[in-house]
Amino acid sequence: MTPLVEIRDLYCEMVTFDGVAKVLNGVSLTINKGDLLGVVGETGCGKSVTAMSIPRLVPQPPARYPSGQVLFNGQDVLKISAEEVRDLRARKIGVVFQDPMTGLNPVFTIEEQMVDSILARQNALHATGWGRGWLPSAREERRAARERAVQLLRRVGIPEPEKRIFTYPHEYSGGMRQRVLIALAISGRPELLIADEPTTALDVSVQAQILRLIAELVREINLTVMLITHNIGVVAQLCNRIAVMYAGNVVESGPTREILRNPKHPYTKGLMQAIPADNSVRGSLQGVAGNVPSLLAPPSGCRFHTRCSYVTDRCKAALPPMQIVAPDHEVACVLYEDGVPAS
Amino acid sequence: METLPNSGEGFLKATLRPVSVFRFDQLSIIHNAMLRYIGRRLLLIPVVLIGLSILTFVISRVVPGDPVKLAAGTQARPEQIERLRADFGLDRPLVEQYLMYMGGLLQGNWGYSISNRREVGPDLVRYFMATLELTIVSTLLGMAIGIPLAIISARWRDRLPDHLARFFSIGTASVPVFWIAIILQIILAQNLRLLPVSGRFDARAEFPEIITGMLLFDTLLRGNFEGFGIALRYIIIPAMCQSLLVISVVTRQLRGDMLDMMSKDFVRVARANGIPERMIWLRYLMKNALIATVSMLGFIIGFQLGGAPLIEYVLDWPGIGQYALKAALLLDFQPIMGSTLFIGCVVVGVNLVTDLLYRSIDPRIGFR
Repeated sequence: MTPLVEIRDLYCEMVTFDGVAKVLNGVSLTINKGDLLGVVGETGCGKSVTAMSIPRLVPQPPARYPSGQVLFNGQDVLKISAEEVRDLRARKIGVVFQDPMTGLNPVFTIEEQMVDSILARQNALHATGWGRGWLPSAREERRAARERAVQLLRRVGIPEPEKRIFTYPHEYSGGMRQRVLIALAISGRPELLIADEPTTALDVSVQAQILRLIAELVREINLTVMLITHNIGVVAQLCNRIAVMYAGNVVESGPTREILRNPKHPYTKGLMQAIPADNSVRGSLQGVAGNVPSLLAPPSGCRFHTRCSYVTDRCKAALPPMQIVAPDHEVACVLYEDGVPAS
Repeated sequence: METLPNSGEGFLKATLRPVSVFRFDQLSIIHNAMLRYIGRRLLLIPVVLIGLSILTFVISRVVPGDPVKLAAGTQARPEQIERLRADFGLDRPLVEQYLMYMGGLLQGNWGYSISNRREVGPDLVRYFMATLELTIVSTLLGMAIGIPLAIISARWRDRLPDHLARFFSIGTASVPVFWIAIILQIILAQNLRLLPVSGRFDARAEFPEIITGMLLFDTLLRGNFEGFGIALRYIIIPAMCQSLLVISVVTRQLRGDMLDMMSKDFVRVARANGIPERMIWLRYLMKNALIATVSMLGFIIGFQLGGAPLIEYVLDWPGIGQYALKAALLLDFQPIMGSTLFIGCVVVGVNLVTDLLYRSIDPRIGFR
């Protein structure tokens, strides 16, 4: 079975005022159908750029892809036409972004935005836009789309959706807006849902509700999910696979339990130690020593070598390839080039 | 991947219930909050006008010079001047003069011009309608050029179309408009003989019947297409001059706001939802970006309705600016008061309409 998404050796650069930032440095990532993949890593490590490359939502310019492939159902999305990209976004991929407060258009009602979106996904946009809704056929299509929007809103937990659909985004709370945005994202019955830190901007109590909602939807409509987050706890609860990214590379990937119990890459180990345990002493928070390197002039070889306590000369020379260390568990580190060390 | 059980029908059916989604009260344009807002604003108008009238009255009377002597002419004998002064009540105390004038105004009497003895009221309406006609045509022209120019400019940002559009809008705002008027007269009227040099209607043709006072409108109402053609030829140069301000303001404001909106999250969400680019620009961005432009346009329209003495003078357009200018030069007290208050009413009205408009566009402001 072909994987749903296969990213092969993807490089991405951003042209900035200060120079060219090498944002992705040969990312390879596979998402199988039915996977719930959690992508973790520090801010700026390329999680979002990797994810947004799939529906081609990274603006070009400033971004450019010197090499690599992003295969969705076996088709390279970096090579398809603008209209095919639109179709991909409309019918195959749903995206939920980080900040629900700004994701909805403030001057249109929820109804207008959802109906537009649903119609766009059905390629029925002649029923929308200027002078919309005057032709009887267009009115019928809008009415049907509105009914579907109400159902979607009810499903994501908006109370009294048949009334609230006519209100404006500023009348909704952050959690409610994120629910609306999730409803928008799944309104095209996508195969893949990309959730880019969907709970970061929300209250802790609301975070749990949103995550539960995503988990429910996954079961109900056979979604494949790519969840980007800083929160390893969230990944542990929700995801069956983890990919750890560092400075534009996937450094480790594998099943969630395997990675949490048996992290291999020094960076992953550092991340795990940074999670405070229940019995931690107050004020003893641990982090990964050092700072995230500048992507304008990244370190040679393995980009983690500047912070790594196991660093060798080989690390500085070349980027280590992914090694299989256990079934479905890959890691990119020279420590495992000759198999798993005994300790 | 049609083979995947990924249609999502299951969960939709499970939650499908009959819904009635058409709510007329939610869709209607005028609602209670809006009416209350209009009521509050209307109550404020008398306050504004009383303040304006006192201010104008005081200013027009402290200016040195004697309107009676100016009106009576150099040959008048002192007793003639005094009789004229008494006729117009200008020998009374200032407070009494003010109250008398305002009393007349409340009865719909705008007074008389001291220089030509004509009633002020009908003259104000006649001159104002010429200005109104010019303002409507020039604003429509300005928007018809300015809005597409802004979209083109934003769409092809920092490329050739953008540079040309910005050069045009900044250029038109930087050059004195009366100079442009003269240049247009020389090129279009004198050299190419395409358009008349000045005025509002051909003196040799039969002047159209006045209904509203706007010639383009009146001739159309009567089916007088020949008259419409003449009026149209006469309004082109003035309207081009007046529309330059509209074009430059609309282009720059709308371009900037559209570019601002481009980086908003909701645009990214709309893209991710598969909304086509054209619709994002013309619907999602446009409505957001138009808010500031609408309030700017309201300001410009109000400004134009006060007349443009320079343009009206150079192009001999009989508008209210010319009327007010002549009155001011002659210290003609009642026309000055009349035109100021009249323009004041118009500006207050235009501002009210503008506020209603952008409040209708932006639901976040509301009618509080």
